[in-house]
Amino acid sequence: MSTIPGGVAINTFREAVRDRVLYNLIFFALMMIGASILVGEISIGISRLVIINLGLSAISIFGLVMAIFIGVGLVHKEIEKRTLYTLLSKPVKRWEFLVGKFGGLLLTLTVNTALMTVGLGAALYYVSRSFLRTDISILVAVYFILLELGLVTALALFFSCFSSPMLSTLFTLGLYVAGIFSTDIRDIGMLTRNPAMQAAARAIYYVLPNFHNFNAIAAAAHGESIPVSLIWQNTAYAALYVALALVAASAVFSGRNLK
Amino acid sequence: MAMNTPAIEIEGLTKDYAVGFWRKHMRRSLDNLTLQVQEGEAFGFLGPNGAGKTTTLKLLMSLIFPTAGTARVRGRSIDDVRMHREIGYLPEQPYFYDYLTARELLDYYARFFGYPAAERRERVTRFLERVGLGDSGNVQLRKFSKGMLQRVGIAQAIIHDPQVIFLDEPMSGLDPVGRREVREIILDLKRQGRTVFFSTHILSDAEMLCDRVAVLLGGKLQGVGAPGEIVSMEVYGMEIFFEMRDGRLLPSALVGHSTKIGERFRVEVPEAQLYSALEQLRSCEARILSVTALRPTLEDYFLKLVARGKAAEHRAGGDSP
Repeated sequence: MSTIPGGVAINTFREAVRDRVLYNLIFFALMMIGASILVGEISIGISRLVIINLGLSAISIFGLVMAIFIGVGLVHKEIEKRTLYTLLSKPVKRWEFLVGKFGGLLLTLTVNTALMTVGLGAALYYVSRSFLRTDISILVAVYFILLELGLVTALALFFSCFSSPMLSTLFTLGLYVAGIFSTDIRDIGMLTRNPAMQAAARAIYYVLPNFHNFNAIAAAAHGESIPVSLIWQNTAYAALYVALALVAASAVFSGRNLK
Repeated sequence: MAMNTPAIEIEGLTKDYAVGFWRKHMRRSLDNLTLQVQEGEAFGFLGPNGAGKTTTLKLLMSLIFPTAGTARVRGRSIDDVRMHREIGYLPEQPYFYDYLTARELLDYYARFFGYPAAERRERVTRFLERVGLGDSGNVQLRKFSKGMLQRVGIAQAIIHDPQVIFLDEPMSGLDPVGRREVREIILDLKRQGRTVFFSTHILSDAEMLCDRVAVLLGGKLQGVGAPGEIVSMEVYGMEIFFEMRDGRLLPSALVGHSTKIGERFRVEVPEAQLYSALEQLRSCEARILSVTALRPTLEDYFLKLVARGKAAEHRAGGDSP
């Protein structure tokens, strides 16, 4: 990352830390401690399942809330408070600013996710007193969550380039929910005998971000291994989608009058 | 940069905004502005609120885009991001990341000019000192007063030693001490040969600091020139301050024309009647404190323009069906 987006990213991360965004880790820690004590009485197999399910779901939800609610404010806040005016009077291109903001929030989410993963690991060790070889799937599931968060952040940033935080939240949330069910939308379309409907369903499937493939929580909880091909596929898919969203965001934002 | 290239060249700069729910109507915020500012000039950009001063500065900073016209700074188009290496900008009522300290903020901005960490540290210290914030570098900006924020704003605008500095209402909202400090900084920049382009509606500051001024009203340029050229320097009256000795009465000819201010009196007379007024004051043994020639100020010119603009608007409103 060149100096300019890097500088913006570091400042965005610093803002999140000083705004006490990482305080959500306290809730996560309390939740994991409570869950560990509660499931401690059940058999080890079940308690592992519960802890992994609960931990990964919490990592995903906490991350999503942060990605959406901070993501939609990334650009808006800078315009509203006019901090962007001084920034853009420096030799900073608008796309560099956007990439920096994206990078900063992704860094925040990565640190947050990493710390929660450590918490999940500690809770898991507390209930089972050991780690299994299959627990590597937990790390893969966390990686998928991170890819998903990157994608959601890019979408939130894209919407925030031209709409209010409220609308951006609705758009991002709507696209996220639709993205979870994109495979179902395609399958329902295929059930009809109308070729136009089938084509439309297929088009929607390809346009919507496919969040379904990023969910490996159940596989990790049941100790199933996750194919390496899926890791590559998800990585490439997320990188491509994020790049497209950032290019679109830059195109929109570059022509925007900052009133 | 080629010799004699103006520091700032603006040609036909125009900005329309779409207004209304359907954005069908256009409102002209800046109308065909053309002007040049030479290297090393302190240039005042005057006008009441809504005249188009901030719009012009935002256009020059590429924060908004022109409907028509072009502008160049030191020979570079305002669309060229390299132009920003040579300029500094202080927005109106600046707001900065208040979770940062002044030192962190300046370091953040200095980063965009590619300075290594050691040079950034040196520059930050130097410029904090220069704006009188040497002791407050490690204080978070949320604890800063308005005057201190304005000074940080100036420091971030000049942290990279730019040749051209744009300041949008740099004295606005400051107390007299703050205004004097900002004035000193501008004079200092001018002494160093920098071009300072600043918008203001505080006319005394413009008169004091500017080589030339431009007056903008309703988005249209009304005039450009030295403050003395813009307003007629013709004397329109004489002002006399005097004190009366105990028990003495005001000369009858001056009763009704004089104003009592504390123990002193002020009287304004036409230039032709100065000597007769002084003779009357001498005859009743008044103590003359000062005699000053009255000339129109930039403020008078400005107020006249605003009044003329309002009258034109009123006429246009009256003419419309």
